[in-house]
Amino acid sequence: MNLRHSLQLRHVDAGSCNGCEIEIGSVFGPVYDAERIGARLVASPRHADALLVTGPVTHNMASPLERTYLAMPEPRLVIALGDCARDCGVFSGGYAVAGAVADVVPVDLEIPGCPPHPDEIVSALRRFTNR
Amino acid sequence: MNLASLLVGAVQLALVVLGGPLLLGLMRVVRSRLEGRVGPPVSQPWRDIAKLARKQRTRPSESSWIFAVAPLVLVATAATVAVLAPLVTLAPPLASSTDFIAVIFVLLVGSVALALAALDTATAFGGMGASRALTIGALVEPALLVAVLALSMPLHSTNLIAIVANGSRHASTLLGPSHLLALCSFIVVILAESGRLPVDNPSTHLELTMIYEALILEYSGPDLAAVTLGESMRLAIWLGLFVNLVAPVGIAATAHPLALVVGLVALTLKVVVVGIVVAIFEVTTAKLRLFRLPELLAGGFILAVLGVVTGAVMR
Ligand code: SF4
Repeated sequence: MNLRHSLQLRHVDAGSCNGCEIEIGSVFGPVYDAERIGARLVASPRHADALLVTGPVTHNMASPLERTYLAMPEPRLVIALGDCARDCGVFSGGYAVAGAVADVVPVDLEIPGCPPHPDEIVSALRRFTNR
Repeated sequence: MNLASLLVGAVQLALVVLGGPLLLGLMRVVRSRLEGRVGPPVSQPWRDIAKLARKQRTRPSESSWIFAVAPLVLVATAATVAVLAPLVTLAPPLASSTDFIAVIFVLLVGSVALALAALDTATAFGGMGASRALTIGALVEPALLVAVLALSMPLHSTNLIAIVANGSRHASTLLGPSHLLALCSFIVVILAESGRLPVDNPSTHLELTMIYEALILEYSGPDLAAVTLGESMRLAIWLGLFVNLVAPVGIAATAHPLALVVGLVALTLKVVVVGIVVAIFEVTTAKLRLFRLPELLAGGFILAVLGVVTGAVMR
């Protein structure tokens, strides 16, 4: 699937500390402006090409995350954003944590960092939009 | 209806179909620039539509044929109006029977279809969006119909072509108080009907504040592409009708090719200017609380009523 110039993202907070959310906020703010490369946050998984997951997956969010993934039309991508999403980060071993994102849904791209710098998020998105 | 007018209709349709998403893209660029961002390219809506058309189509398991046909109804009604309305020229097909009220109701069929489709998904936000969209629709239609009455009074006719033609022939009618009041009410109606600020925020992600966006949350792939195309066509049509009622300069009086080119350029320029103005207005205003909306729409209604009254008094 060619997502050149058009990448709709659905963001799911699976249990993050909200640090990653602040970086996502600035990715779409005036400084980094991911809209300029054709990326956009959307309000429904039905509209999305990629799922942007932050945080370790808590027990309560495991099934909503999986259902969000299944609600997306194919072809669909999953981006695990932040160290928590990759390997539970500082929350690993926590009593509320069910596992990393890859334990629940197949991950296509990981963005490391705690939290990742907006620059890194934009350049990761660029790999899909080719711009 | 002859060949020339059919050709003219096809030109108008092509302009609205191609130009609608570009208009949407332009308005997004203007908003981004004013927010200090570079923003997406103007062609972004087309890129989104092209990509969506190639994606999988998902349908809620409990939904019926209404959900499936609503996007087509939306596009078809917009296309019908694009062919028949006096956008580029005063000589579109069926000119003698293009009634303003009929045009409004054809467009209304599209919005009702979308609201029914949202109910059909049986999701909480779909139902909420449908209820809100139809509430606003019920408040907008009276204002719109009274505004049409005010516009049609000098001619004793609701023929849309005749109204626009009268304006282009006798420029003085364009400055009449009744005409101006009716057009002010028309502005409120357009902002509400096309889901722009301050009525609805087209770029919101908060489900609880959504109106029109909530209707389409379940659409995906080609269906969503059709909805996006249909909505941008409607926006282009509303703005196109508005500019031709305000200032029908350049509109082609006949189906002569040269006149058509002039009409095409004139319409594009006028709609671009109005689109930019609307986008600037959107950046500088906040969304109205849902319960304050009836006040705004009642204001639009009052303006239309005043238009009728002044029109009647001044005769
Ligand atoms: S990666 Fe860091 S910033 Fe992101 S959710 Fe985990 S702890 Fe918070």
